[in-house]
Amino acid sequence: MRKDLVWLFAGILFFGLLYLLNWGVKAISTDLLVWIGAFLTLAILSFLYQDNAFYKFAEHLFVGVSAAYWMCMGFWNTLVPNLIAKLHPPIVKGVLPAIAEKPPEYWYIIPAALGIMFLMRLSPKAPWISRWALAFIVGTTTGLNLVRYLRSDFLGQIKSTLIPVIVVENGSLSVGGSFSNIVIVVGVLCGLIYFFFSKEHKGLFGVASRVGIYILMITFGASFGYTVMARISLLVGRMRFLLGDWMGLLQ
Amino acid sequence: MRRQIPVVITFIVGSVLIISVFIPHKPFGQLGENFSVYFDIIAVFAFILGAGNLLRVHGNRIYKKHKDWPYSVVTVAGFTVMMIAGLFKIGGSPGITGDLTEPGSMFEDLYMYVFTPLMATMFALLAFYVASASHRAFRAKNKEATVLLLAAFVILLGRTPFGVELTSWLPDPLSFLEIPNLASWIMSVPNMAGQRAIMVGIALGVIAMALRVILGVERTYLGADSE
Repeated sequence: MRKDLVWLFAGILFFGLLYLLNWGVKAISTDLLVWIGAFLTLAILSFLYQDNAFYKFAEHLFVGVSAAYWMCMGFWNTLVPNLIAKLHPPIVKGVLPAIAEKPPEYWYIIPAALGIMFLMRLSPKAPWISRWALAFIVGTTTGLNLVRYLRSDFLGQIKSTLIPVIVVENGSLSVGGSFSNIVIVVGVLCGLIYFFFSKEHKGLFGVASRVGIYILMITFGASFGYTVMARISLLVGRMRFLLGDWMGLLQ
Repeated sequence: MRRQIPVVITFIVGSVLIISVFIPHKPFGQLGENFSVYFDIIAVFAFILGAGNLLRVHGNRIYKKHKDWPYSVVTVAGFTVMMIAGLFKIGGSPGITGDLTEPGSMFEDLYMYVFTPLMATMFALLAFYVASASHRAFRAKNKEATVLLLAAFVILLGRTPFGVELTSWLPDPLSFLEIPNLASWIMSVPNMAGQRAIMVGIALGVIAMALRVILGVERTYLGADSE
């Protein structure tokens, strides 16, 4: 542990010295914030070698900073306009002048009370009180999701699959369009048949299920390829930051 | 009382939200809207709860000089600095009455030069591990694995300049075989068919689970009886 910390402090010191000396390279950034960003980027990338003090430092910093970030966003974007401003409007006069003139809405004591009940989770004596707030959250989530999924993911997707399998464009048969639509209709049906486990996958049902597996394999392959590309574009972004913003090697 | 009241709350809130879709008038419409706002407010308290728990766990580690406790100091320090910068809107013009993400404010700087590099690099790191995992897992052992491999390969190649160059010589009637066009077709036809089958399956699962929760059949979210 002590050795790790020595390495960490030595690394931070070395980076600080580089910043002060500026490496003698004119193009390199002189902005301390860019140097901090570069140090943290390199600290995370150092995990590729092995778990080390720099990575642990950056990882722990990320946990603390992100928790505070979301809390601050929630406080200023939700709690202030939707709770504090409703219960006692004059208090937000400087921040939200339009709301400050409105009369108070005391109904908002309910979410405030439920929120405080939620915090009782941390109490060693009565953590069960937090269940009331949790029940409200679960009730809202289920109520909203039931309708939303029924409407968009169930009915919406079925509706989008009910398409003509013979496509005619400019008065003549479109082979490509017809083939694509047949693949969509058959693919969705076979995919659903694969997920239907109440009947044994034998005979025609089994064949459809096998086709469903191939369709799902294409889906997983495409999703995988897409995810890899997204991650690589993030990596390219970080490299551009290191080589461009920090080192000034890219224009 | 410890378990019955939460079940009743879930039933009332869930039912009102469903009814408000079919009867979007007083009192259901208004209640449905209010419940959604209440949900957002309580969700922020959940963030506060998470932050409190984080401080408790790391505070304990520091207090008991647990293994790796200096890193817990980093977490607490990072949290405190970001928190102070955000809650008091330090550095931003015109101070606490201004915008939280005002350019030049300490909160915005911490977001741009600490939070963003850490998050983006953490996700970028996955590119290496995904590549390493696919090297081990992507072996065309059977027909299904071969199909998966080919689909991923075409999608990856179709998004690169090399993929474009590779098949750009194909004549116009065969342009549908060009790798970018093939990648685009895979994404919008067989991939969409598979995604739809999965989405319909998930939707059925969510609807069934939501009904179980609202009707009080599913109560695991309440935790253990001993609490």
